[in-house]
Amino acid sequence: MDQMQGKIKEFLSRFFKGHDLQPDEDIFALGFVNSLLAMQLVAFVEKEFGVAVADEDLDLDNFRSIGAIAGFVERKTGAAAEAASA
Amino acid sequence: MRLELSAEQRAARAEFRAFAAAEIAPHAGGWDREEAIPREIIGRLRDLGYLGSNVSPDFGGPGRDMITYGLLTEEIAKGCSSVRSLLTVHDMVAHAVQRWGSREQKERYLPSLARGEILGALALSEPNAGSDAKSIETTAADAADAWVLDGRKKWTTFGQIADLFLVFAKVGEQSAAFLVERQTPGVTVRPLRGILGTRASMLAEIELQGCRVPKGNLVGRVGFGISHVAAAALEQGRYSIAWGSVGIAQACLDACRTYAAERRQFGTPLADHQLIRRMLTDMIVDVRAARLLCLRAGWLRESGDPGAFMETMAAKYFASRLATRAAGDAVQLHGANGCSDDYPVGRYLRDAKVMEIIEGSTQIQQITLPQFEFQEF
Repeated sequence: MDQMQGKIKEFLSRFFKGHDLQPDEDIFALGFVNSLLAMQLVAFVEKEFGVAVADEDLDLDNFRSIGAIAGFVERKTGAAAEAASA
Repeated sequence: MRLELSAEQRAARAEFRAFAAAEIAPHAGGWDREEAIPREIIGRLRDLGYLGSNVSPDFGGPGRDMITYGLLTEEIAKGCSSVRSLLTVHDMVAHAVQRWGSREQKERYLPSLARGEILGALALSEPNAGSDAKSIETTAADAADAWVLDGRKKWTTFGQIADLFLVFAKVGEQSAAFLVERQTPGVTVRPLRGILGTRASMLAEIELQGCRVPKGNLVGRVGFGISHVAAAALEQGRYSIAWGSVGIAQACLDACRTYAAERRQFGTPLADHQLIRRMLTDMIVDVRAARLLCLRAGWLRESGDPGAFMETMAAKYFASRLATRAAGDAVQLHGANGCSDDYPVGRYLRDAKVMEIIEGSTQIQQITLPQFEFQEF
């Protein structure tokens, strides 16, 4: 688990007390995902990794697991870097 | 840590305060009785740039910071909670569009919302769906070239005059949000009268019958209407209500300070009576505490901190309960005069009670706030 995934795990673990969340574990299947977590998760991703979550990013698959969130952040930062260098 | 406003924020507050004292507070009682605010005052809000405060300059808005927005809300609320209601709901719609709208939606609606050329209203509550927002019964059907909305919305603040509704509906079992222009065929607006408080907020029931809206008016995506779009709007609304409640409580304190100094009983001003001083003390301290909670929530919102959600809810919870308590004490302190239209404190009490119900009732927050606490520790 890399540093980014570690930060995501640390954030999500607050919502899944007593559970050792694995990188590919589906957080929606675990339950306890409500609008409070959803909005905090968006704010966390934006603040921690400096990416903007937009309307087209509203896809559960982007937020389904630690690995999915990390992949989403990497795609967003990669796209932003590509746009900046174009 | 320095707990003080910037010079710009202090100057803005002075401007807001002067406007509210001169052009809002003197008329608030009359608007309350008439159950409407005049177009002229909306025009003044528009001209002064007080509508769409948080809309980014990229879309023609003033892009006020969260603290300055809070100060505006408090000062307007001190004058009239119904005018504050307009700012609240209009800004909830603008915020939701700015947060989750498509590029096209932002370009089409945000400049007009920011300039106050169109007024926004949130159409979430229904006759059978209040706190339980997920139980809304309004439906949206995918008709290939459009979304077709059917249902009934209730308690839509400023629905009587709004130009743009942010409507929440079910698509199958999933929720979705839609921008519905007032003139869309199938939209019927019925005024609601006889409301307890914020009586000039021009509430309406909105009926949607075979209302066809363009595909491009879906905000966010299907499945995210309540969890993200409504949540963003309500978060903004809670912040506004928290500050608005501070405004009511401060207005109560101001009224009581004046009355207690002038009114004499038993040969001495009320202010000299110890039990009156006790009421004043609670107001003085609680208003300061509520304002500090609002400022903390504002600073966290400004920095995009995930903790802003809990702090905003805590601020709204504390401030709205305080407003009711302070307004109750204000009526008590004014005695029979407090029960009369000759003094504003009766209106403050009616307005304050509404603050405990809207944008998450006191009881919903009593359920939710401990969830945050458990997640943190």
